[in-house]
Amino acid sequence: MAEMELKSVRKAYGRVEVLRDIDLTIGDGEFVVLVGPSGCGKSTLLRMIAGLEPITGGEFSIGGRCMNDVAPRDRDIAMVFQSYALYPHMSVERNMGFSMEIRREPTARRKGPVAEAAKTLGLDRLLDRFPKALSGGQRQRVAMGRAIVRDPKAFLFDEPLSNLDAALRVEMRLEIARLHQRLGSTMVYVTHDQVEAMTLADRIVVLNAGDIQQVGTPLDLYERPENLFVAQFIGSPNMNVMDAAPGQGGLILGSGAVLAGPEDARHVGIRPEHIEIVEGGGDVTAEAQVVERLGSDTNIYTEVKDIGPLLVRVSGNIALSPGDKVHLRFPPGKVHFFDAGGRAIRAARDKVQ
Amino acid sequence: MAARTRNAPVLSAGKYLAVAFYVAFALFPLYWLLKIALTPERLIYSDGTALWPSTVTLDNFRTVIFASDFLGYFGNSVIVSLTTAAATSMIAAAAGYAFSRFAFRGKRWVVVLMLLTQMFPLLMIIAPIYKIVASLGMLNSLTSLIVVYTAFNIPFATFLMQSFFDGIPKDLEEAAMIDGCTRFQALRKVILPLTLPGLAATLGFVFTAAWSELLFALMLINSNDAMTFPVGLLTFVSKFSVDWGQMMAAGVLALIPSCLFFLFIQRYLVQGLTSGAVKG
Ligand SMILES: Nc1ncnc2c1ncn2[C@@H]1O[C@H](COP(=O)(O)OP(=O)(O)OP(=O)(O)O)[C@@H](O)[C@H]1O
Ligand SMILES: [Mg+2]
Repeated sequence: MAEMELKSVRKAYGRVEVLRDIDLTIGDGEFVVLVGPSGCGKSTLLRMIAGLEPITGGEFSIGGRCMNDVAPRDRDIAMVFQSYALYPHMSVERNMGFSMEIRREPTARRKGPVAEAAKTLGLDRLLDRFPKALSGGQRQRVAMGRAIVRDPKAFLFDEPLSNLDAALRVEMRLEIARLHQRLGSTMVYVTHDQVEAMTLADRIVVLNAGDIQQVGTPLDLYERPENLFVAQFIGSPNMNVMDAAPGQGGLILGSGAVLAGPEDARHVGIRPEHIEIVEGGGDVTAEAQVVERLGSDTNIYTEVKDIGPLLVRVSGNIALSPGDKVHLRFPPGKVHFFDAGGRAIRAARDKVQ
Repeated sequence: MAARTRNAPVLSAGKYLAVAFYVAFALFPLYWLLKIALTPERLIYSDGTALWPSTVTLDNFRTVIFASDFLGYFGNSVIVSLTTAAATSMIAAAAGYAFSRFAFRGKRWVVVLMLLTQMFPLLMIIAPIYKIVASLGMLNSLTSLIVVYTAFNIPFATFLMQSFFDGIPKDLEEAAMIDGCTRFQALRKVILPLTLPGLAATLGFVFTAAWSELLFALMLINSNDAMTFPVGLLTFVSKFSVDWGQMMAAGVLALIPSCLFFLFIQRYLVQGLTSGAVKG
């Protein structure tokens, strides 16, 4: 069993608090992704799980066993570093088999697992090379291979793909997804990349400034963000947020438009892909300023008088040029409401779900 | 771009000229050393500043090797320099690693103190050192030289080693520890092999420093048995004359171990051993 449990785990460097009261349970075989803005403590949290960073307070356990003071080598985890951290004076083969070498496995017994991992990663013909003679993508694979050969209970990844180009990143993302399906090991993955988080994760943990903002499945976070931060952090392009005030017949937006909604809402959010362009009527009238055609979608950057900029995303191509006036409709089920403190206000029907 | 291509031959010729000039400038004293060593005793003054000796002889070398105590001095110097280099590098490597990787209380003070020891002119401390060594009854022993040289070389060697350790990504050690190493195993299997160039440079630096040290050797050693080579060189200066030819021959011979030593460590001095460790 490799269930990991963090109980009010804290981390401070001197008087600087980097992580506060982190409570999180990572199930056996689960793929958990940590996301958050730069400097929010993702790497620190991962390094505490790995045992590379002492835990200031709270308790961390794996399979029920407290790990606070256990050395990294005894935690039975593997980690893929952002920098890959390959041993430059060892061949690819020795790099990958290093954990077995340390465990004093005889050379003959090391060959099998290394060869097998090399084959799945397409490294069979590079085993004699040294890291400096490899491309970035190949180095990344060697780093993964080293983790696989380690045969750990859990894998930790710290932004493993951030140094690769876009195409390679997609390929390696699939590789990691396959690896998880094949091994079924627990995986904790840190990333900046929305798509990586949404596609790989069983559950996403959103961190901000040392606090957990929300934990949930990718769709949970997308459909039911608990606060403004998560609402704007998850999803790409970002959610539009408008100020609102209670008034006659519901909520009044800056432009005077009236929207049905809870009266303690102060912010109204709607995702660009949920805004509809209608022929007449609608909730607000906007002026298109920039139109980006991506082929599959069109991004329309609009300006609404007395509300501000609104981004609209429609699928496919539409005939529209900068300066055109468009009528926008906010479908009632797709609008998110937040109170003055930024907490989400759930409609009654949402809560039942 | 075109202008640069046109200028290229002129530029590279100029570059070679500058390098040639520098090499000639740096090597000229060595050439002079060799020239005088090969000149017969009687011709040294009559040849004067002529660039080539008019007659070449190995007499000076013969006298130095077979008819003087030179080989004894030489042996002493080898013992002192090798032991000093080994002891200093070992201690400096350990200290440099600690400075590079650990945060501990008083670290800044240790660094400041070590820098402080480098600020005093040697002449100022030579008397106290003499006093200490004398009261320990260690005058005229090679051990005293080794201890003193080691003590004086450690600060600089430590900073040197620290900079080499600083150049090795911390990730490597952490990866090794996750792969199952203890900190010591990570140090031995991953960090140490990568520090070899640094270790070689430190060894070479300390070796040469100890090999050519004169001041302490002069103060702490009086007996002929324990003299190191730089002190021994002075025995060629007698009250009434200087045996220039023999002195230079001894000097040439003294270059040999330094050259051998650097020949031996130069393959570790090649740079770029850590390339490929992290993203490229
Ligand atoms: N040794 C240290 N001393 C003091 N503060 C530190 C130290 N190491 C990290 N921090 C702080 O801890 C915070 C979290 O760092 P961490 O590396 O975990 O961020 P991150 O979420 O991984 O960011 P990124 O996405 O940029 O990698 C940062 O604000 C950083 O300044
Ligand atoms: Mg990070």
